[in-house]
Formats: sequence, structure tokens, C-alpha cells
Amino acid sequence: MPMDWIWGLVGGLMIGTAAAFYLLGSGRIMGASGIIGGLVDRTGWSTWAERVAFLAGLALVPALLKPLYTVPVETGVTSNLAAIVAAGLLVGVGTRIANGCTSGHGVCGISRLSLRGMVATVFYLLAGGLAVIVFRHLFGVI
Amino acid sequence: MLRNLFALIAGGLFGAGLLVSGMTNTHKVQGWLDIFGDWDPTLAFVLGGAILPMAVAWNIASRRAKAVLGNPLPAPARGEVDRNLILGSLMFGAGWGLVGLCPGPAIASISWGGIGGAVFLVAMLAGMMIAPAFRERITLIAAAIR
Repeated sequence: MPMDWIWGLVGGLMIGTAAAFYLLGSGRIMGASGIIGGLVDRTGWSTWAERVAFLAGLALVPALLKPLYTVPVETGVTSNLAAIVAAGLLVGVGTRIANGCTSGHGVCGISRLSLRGMVATVFYLLAGGLAVIVFRHLFGVI
Repeated sequence: MLRNLFALIAGGLFGAGLLVSGMTNTHKVQGWLDIFGDWDPTLAFVLGGAILPMAVAWNIASRRAKAVLGNPLPAPARGEVDRNLILGSLMFGAGWGLVGLCPGPAIASISWGGIGGAVFLVAMLAGMMIAPAFRERITLIAAAIR
């Protein structure tokens, strides 16, 4: 759609405002993989309630907004089960090894000109682009 | 209590932003990564739009001793780029491209993501669970090579 970039910008500003609020309000870096991962491997167990509250908001607010939303926003996850499982494992292990994902390294890292954030973003964009080229255009799996 | 409320608000606004921006739409994400296909530039606006308020926030944070709720603000960013950062980001990016979901949108879209979205989330959580063991393993392998 031609108006997509405006929605992208508006949504992006909302994401950045959420991250800014969490930083200045709670002193936390809003990184999705870190918030989830700290619960999964228990390294963030001392702050479990805060993490669960964040994830509850993250799951519930879009669930409530989705029916009101007139722009089609289907989440078209591929039906290739092997690809889904492999992707999930890669995202889970990768974000924890790298200590961040799109929100932590991308949004919170780049905005403070963190070298780690910028390097991580370059490498996950490269790998993501390569994965689409290989699996969409070469193998036609996705 | 206030701490949990702040987290709930931040998570909720983050989720709403992910929905509005198109980050929960895997076609859009893959369209952005697909530079040799029908390239979709939307995600550049998402990232740019998200970085703006956050850059202002870091600037304010640098002049303050504490967050509003009284806990310390994050320490300055560490500079070292290491093997795990690069290896992990490559793995993450490959998975992100393959299905079009990263951790935030995987949670945000769970109510309408269907079986595919649920399987992705379970696999991602499993990946996070084995990540500490994986990290140890690559440290051992790297030491053996050296």
C-alpha cells in the first residue's frame, strides 16, 4: 500500500516512545529477547513480575487493538513446519548469544550510538537478507 | 507495584507500535529483507521512527542520576564487539528472514498468529533455554581450535 510508510513511521514512533518511557521511567533497556530470555533461563528471575507484566502488555494490547484495526495486518507465517522450527531455534539461540534483538540492539543500541548495537544490526540484516534470497529465490521454500 | 504498571504500559505501547508499524506482518518483514525481490522500504521508517524518541531519551538519561522510579539508569554501552555478538546476530537474522518474526512481534501476534506463530514461539523459547549450553559449547570449540 502507498500509505504504508506513514504507518511504519507512526508505529515506529510508538515503539520508540515505549522504549523511552521504559528507560526514563524504570531505568530499563527495552529489549524483547532479554526480557523473555531472562525468564526462560532464569538469569532475570529476581525481576520476574516486571518481565511478566511487560509481556502481558505486549501480548494483550495488540490482541485488543487487532479487531479495531482496518488495515490488513495478517501475520502470514509460512506453513513449512521445518522452516518455522528452525527459525524459532535460530532466533532463540541467536538473540541470547548476541545479547539482543531488533529492539535491544536495533532501537535501543543504535539510538545511543552503541558500537555493539550497530554491528549486531548490520549482521542480522545481512543474514536476514541472505536467508530470504536463499530460501525464497533459490529454493522457493518461503 | 508501580514498577509492574510501568512495565505493562511500556509493553502495551510497544505491542501497539509493532502492530501499527507492520512489524507483526511477516510478509512486510520479508519484503524489507528481500532486496532482490519486490523491496518494501516500510521497515526503514519503523526503525527510524523508533530511534528518534529513544535518542532523545538517552540524551535526557545522560543528564540524570536516576530513573523516575528511583533505580539506576543503565551503565554506558560496552564497546567490545566479540565472536558471540556476530555469530548470534547472524543466527538471529537467518531465523528472522526465514519466517519474518523477531522476539517482540512473536509475542505481540500470538493471539492471531495461528499454529505457525505458536510453533515459532515455542521453538524460540526452546532456543533461549539451550542458549547458555550453546554458548559454553562454542567457547570450548573456539578454545580447541586455538
